Parts: sequence; structure tokens; C-alpha cells
Amino acid sequence: MTDISSVDFTPLHGYREVQAISRPSLSYWQDAWVRLKANKRALASLFIVIALAFFTVAGPVFWRLDPAQQDLDQVSQAPGANRAALIVEDYEPWLGNEFLPGQGLRLGEPATTQAVRLQWDVLPGANGHRVYRNIFPVGPELAYGIPLGEFFDNDTLFFEDRLDLKPSRYYYSIVPLGPQSELLDGYQTIEVEPMRVTTLRDALERGLVDESTQVKVGDQINLAWHPLGTDYLGRDMLARLMAGARVSLFIGVGAPLLFILFGVVYGSMAGFIGGRTDQLMMRFADFVVALPFLLFMILFKIAFGVGPGESGVFPMLVALVVLMWPATARLVRGQILQIREQGYITASQLLGAKTNYLILRHMIPNTLGVVLVTITFAIPNAIFIEAFLSFIGMGVAPPTPSWGSMSNEGIKTMLTTPHELIFPSLFISITVLALNLLGDGLRDALDAKMRNTE
Amino acid sequence: MWVYVLKRLLQGIVTVWFIATATFFAMHNVPGDPLLNDRAVSEAIRTNLEAKYGLDQPIGTQYFIYLSNLVKGDFGISFTQENREVNDIIREHFPISAILGVLAVVFAAAGGILFGALTAIYRNRLPDYFIMLLVILGISVPSFVIAALSQLTLVTLNNAVGATILPVAGWGTILHMLVPALVLGLGTMAYLTRLMRSSMLEVVNSDYVRTAKSKGVPPARIFTKHQLRNAILPVITVLGPSIAAITTGGFVVELVFAIPGLGRYFVQAVQQLDYTVIMGTTVFYGAFLVFMVILVDLLYGFIDPRVRLEK
Repeated sequence: MTDISSVDFTPLHGYREVQAISRPSLSYWQDAWVRLKANKRALASLFIVIALAFFTVAGPVFWRLDPAQQDLDQVSQAPGANRAALIVEDYEPWLGNEFLPGQGLRLGEPATTQAVRLQWDVLPGANGHRVYRNIFPVGPELAYGIPLGEFFDNDTLFFEDRLDLKPSRYYYSIVPLGPQSELLDGYQTIEVEPMRVTTLRDALERGLVDESTQVKVGDQINLAWHPLGTDYLGRDMLARLMAGARVSLFIGVGAPLLFILFGVVYGSMAGFIGGRTDQLMMRFADFVVALPFLLFMILFKIAFGVGPGESGVFPMLVALVVLMWPATARLVRGQILQIREQGYITASQLLGAKTNYLILRHMIPNTLGVVLVTITFAIPNAIFIEAFLSFIGMGVAPPTPSWGSMSNEGIKTMLTTPHELIFPSLFISITVLALNLLGDGLRDALDAKMRNTE
Repeated sequence: MWVYVLKRLLQGIVTVWFIATATFFAMHNVPGDPLLNDRAVSEAIRTNLEAKYGLDQPIGTQYFIYLSNLVKGDFGISFTQENREVNDIIREHFPISAILGVLAVVFAAAGGILFGALTAIYRNRLPDYFIMLLVILGISVPSFVIAALSQLTLVTLNNAVGATILPVAGWGTILHMLVPALVLGLGTMAYLTRLMRSSMLEVVNSDYVRTAKSKGVPPARIFTKHQLRNAILPVITVLGPSIAAITTGGFVVELVFAIPGLGRYFVQAVQQLDYTVIMGTTVFYGAFLVFMVILVDLLYGFIDPRVRLEK
């Protein structure tokens, strides 16, 4: 206590900051973005979503094929299939060839998609013959396939098949007929793979070759290119997927935006007014929730009615909005009720903030995160519902493509041409998956309270 | 308690009334005249039907006729099938949908609880990743694709073995039910797995589990008595809506697997615009749904003593 000199009162190291902000201060949204970026799954999903949006919006600019245009030379064509076609003479009738070498069921001429010409010898015990075609081998169950023609005597021993031939594998069978034209044992079968051909006239008509180019019979030309193949009517899958994406995403994005907007307005009104009005409004929402959802989707769709030539997109949109808003309304109401009791609202009120200011500056920004998460989960849900309804034939009307209706068409030919089912359902799955993962990521990033332990 | 039950039942009845009203007015809005379609009914039948439903009366009167018929439990007569009452159709086809639905719910609940518990116990290890991958697939692949793929698998399987192990489509034996029920329950199973996982993760880290461990309770007993029993509760809460979603969501599975359930019948009725069948089925399903949710809510009070419903 005695030796206090002036030295004791000089600062030690000069001025030093004791408190500093080590990181730049971040706003709510910046913070959310940082956290979202750290989540690899969510980020990858975000890129997928952006790519899908690009595919939908800009795709048709790069791939300018009309989705309704039919390529009759290539029906149900798998992606990457051989596109070569041989130019042949115009079709002329064929009446068998007496001097054809060989025994039993055989080809009269090389098989082409123009005609498959079969010739055979009289089968033992036959009073006539019936010709069958199948896309599978006959096998032990004697699955002959579709009957093409029958002959009740043994004079005609040739047959010409021109029925919707495609360059794929066929199994032709010839079955002997008894006196009452019943099927006898002892069939013969051959495997035929017709070569794709086209006549010069057809090629010119369909614009496969130019008038100017010198193409003659025996030349090979390439048919139009379909990167993802064609469907059962010969329409380009890629173009249809793009057109379908527009429909599916229009419903998938449009409906959630609308019903969430309505739900936010309804819920915040109920939450803000409170009292009896709130009770009444929420009771009505409970009723709407109690409606059996899918049944009423279908009911509303037929109630609106889809006239000829209409796509049925609009009724579906309305039905979705009418049935799906209560969940958002409840959520937003809960949020508003919660926020209303918060300290900062009271503080703001004490500082003289008016109701409008409170709603615009505090209520809406603080519910925005929850609403955004709801939207990301509502979109895949709506896409699912659209696909589901279109699949059972209650959604988008046929000429308009949507991923769901394309799957519905594809499932019929699932065994022979699986790509018609695989592509649209793959698009649905990837979109729904990406949006779900993005929603998870957003929920974790935006709302610390809602973050679960996953 | 009984007051509460009564209150819930009354609420349910009001909800069903709301559903019936919405159905009536929605169907009333459908364009076209059901009595003037291609298979036009004869003049006598037409007059009879008009008299029965009061179709020549104003809409208010029609609505009351409809409601009084409903109260009597009369859903009317099919418009497209001769001599069939909607009640008969429901009686005949609903049990099939119900069996399928119950089986699907059993699959979903058993699978969801089991897989959810497994993922929580093996958190961030291989079983967790594998199951969660399946869950994500179950959530994002549409049910009709899964249905088609499982049919395809069955066809290949049966072909490979050379005999019918499991039938590809149709209805009749228990074998017919297995695959459709599994497909139907898959989406719910995925949802329940996620729910069970997060609720189990909470339980695993709870104080009473730590206490049990330090007391030296065997792990198997901790798992069944302490963890599973407590983690299961949130799953049971959502079971009511899940049962509802599964039983009314059976259209696709019934269509793909050619099962003669009420869902398929409903789709058919919609395609043929069979008014009475559409309305009857919707109201029936709605009532079923509403009372199912109430039932599960009430049961929940018995299962979890902490939730005594005394409002």
C-alpha cells in the first residue's frame, strides 16, 4: 500500500480488444443457407431440383419434337435401338413358291416388317392348318399366341403376315386341324426376326429422306432419332416426358402455392382474431380434414367435369386446393398463437408498433420458415397425388401427357417394353426424392426448434 | 370419461353429416343426367326413380330425402347394375378391402416398429443406412410402380421355379393377399419407420434407460420393457389416420392386382357415373374413417395412462 508509483498506472500492452465478433454476423436466411450448404444430401437434392426445373422449362427449346407426333415406323421403340431401315420395293401380293427348298414350316422370303411369308408342308393327319403368332416361345403350355389365319383344306400351304410387324422376335406356329377343325397335336414353330424396311414412297412421305438425295431400293437409311425411345403410339418419349413434366410440375407446384397461400391467410386470420371466430374457423377446417381425401379428389374432379378436348389439369388444381389447405392453416394458426405471446411482440407493442407493422415485420417473417418447409413437402405430395390419380385414370385426360398418365400407359406394356413405364416413374421418383430430402434439409436449416434427432 | 366418449361420438356424427352434405352437393354439380345415358332406362323406371329421390323436386327437398334415406341406412340402388343395392355392393366388396387393409396395417406397423427400433439401435452403422435407404425409396417410389415391379418379380420367380409360388393377381387364398398387402403397407411402413426411429432415439438417451442400465437390467429387457414400450406411443397415435389412409388408398393395389375390393368398385362406378354407388361408397368410407380415428384416440387413453382424456 505504500509504494505506489506512476508506473503502476501505465497500461500493460496498450489497448487490446477484449470482446470481438469472431465470425461475421449473419441474418436468419444467411445462417440457414450456411447450414443448408453443409448438408450434402440437401445440396445435391437442390441441384437435382434445379436440373429438373431446367429440363421442364428449357428442355423443349433444345428438343423441338412435337410430343403428340407419331412415328409409325418406330412404335414402342426402346432407347438406343437400331434405327436402320432398308428401302424396298412397294408391296406386291405373294401366292407361295412351289419350288421353295426345305422341309416343314419355313420362310418363303427373308422376313421384313412389310411382310413375313411362311410356307409349310402338310402336317401328318391334318385336314387343314391354322397359323399363330406369339412374342414368346410356344413352350409346354402350348401358348400359340394370336391366330392369324386358318385353312380348312390342305391346298393352301402358305401364309403372308402383314399384321403390325415390328423389328422384334416373333414365334410363328402352324397347327394341324382335325375334321371338325379342332386343334391336333404336332405343331411346328419357327422363330422369325423381321428386318425393318420401308418403301421409297413412305420414306419420302414421312420426310425420312429428301427429294433431292438419291436414294434407291436396296439403300439403307436411318429413321428419326429418339434418345429415350418411343411409346406405344410411336410418340417420342423425351418430348413427352418434357411435356409431362410441365403438367406434373404445374400441378405439383401450382396447387401447393395456392393452398398454402390460402392456408396462411386463413390460419393467420383465425389465430389473430382468436375467440369464437377462431373456434368456428378451425372447426370448419377440421371438417375438411375429415373428408376422405382421395375419394373427394375424384368426386370433385367429376363434379367439375372434363369436357372433350380438355386436359383436366384445372379441375385437379382446384380440387387439390379445396382439400389440402387445412393442414397449413392449422400450422400457421399455431405459429401465430405462439408468436403472439412472445416477448418481442410485447416489446414492439410497447414501443408503439401498429397491428399492420406487427404482422408485416414480425408475424409473417417468423412463420415464413415453417411455410417454406411446408411447401417443399407439399410439392412432392401433390406430384404423387397427380401421378396416383392419373394412374387410375382419374387425373389428366389422355392426350395430355403427365408422368402419372404416362406410367399408366406404360404399365400395360411392362413385360415387352419396360422403358415406357421406367422413364416416367423414374422421373416421379427422383423428383419426389429430391424434394423430400431438400425439405428435410430446409427444415433442419431453418428451424432449430423443429430439428429432429435424425 | 363417458362424457368424453359421447362427445367424440357426437362430433363424429356431425362430421359424417358434413361429409354426406359435401358429397351430395358435389355429385349434384356433376354435369349430365344419369337417367339419360346410353343405356336409357324405361319411362316407368325413370318415374319411379324420380319419385324415390324426388328428382322432380327442388334441390332442398332432394337433400332432405337423401338425408332421411341415409339415416335409415339406405344408400339406394345402383344406376348401372340391375337389381343391386349399394348396401349389397358395400357388404360384398368392403370386407375384401378391409382384410387387405388390416393385413397392410399389420405389415406396416410391425415393420415400421421393428425397423425403426433397429435403425435407432444401430444408429449410423450399416443396418441403419440400409434400412433408411429402403425407407427413402418407399417414400419416393409411387405405389403403382412398386406394385408393377413386384408383379414382375413374381412372374419371373414363378417362371424360374416352374410353379406358382405366389399368385400374381386375383383374390381368394391367403397367398393372394400377401404381396398386395405388403405393397399397400409399404408407404406407411416407411413413414412409421422414420417416426419410430426419431422417437426411439429420444428414448435411448433418456434418464430411465440409463438408470435401468446402471441397475444392471439385461439389455434385452431394457429393449422390450423400457425402450420399445415408450417409443411405440407416437406410432400408435398416427395409426388411426394410417389405417384410414391405407383402407381408402387401396385403389391402385386393387386395380393392379385385380382384387375385387370396394376401391376398385369405386373407380369403376366413377367411370360409369353410377351416382348412388359413388355417393354411398364415399359416405360409407368417410364414416368408417371418422370412427376409426375416434376409436384409436380412445384406445390411446387406455394404452398410455399419462394421457387420460378428461376434457
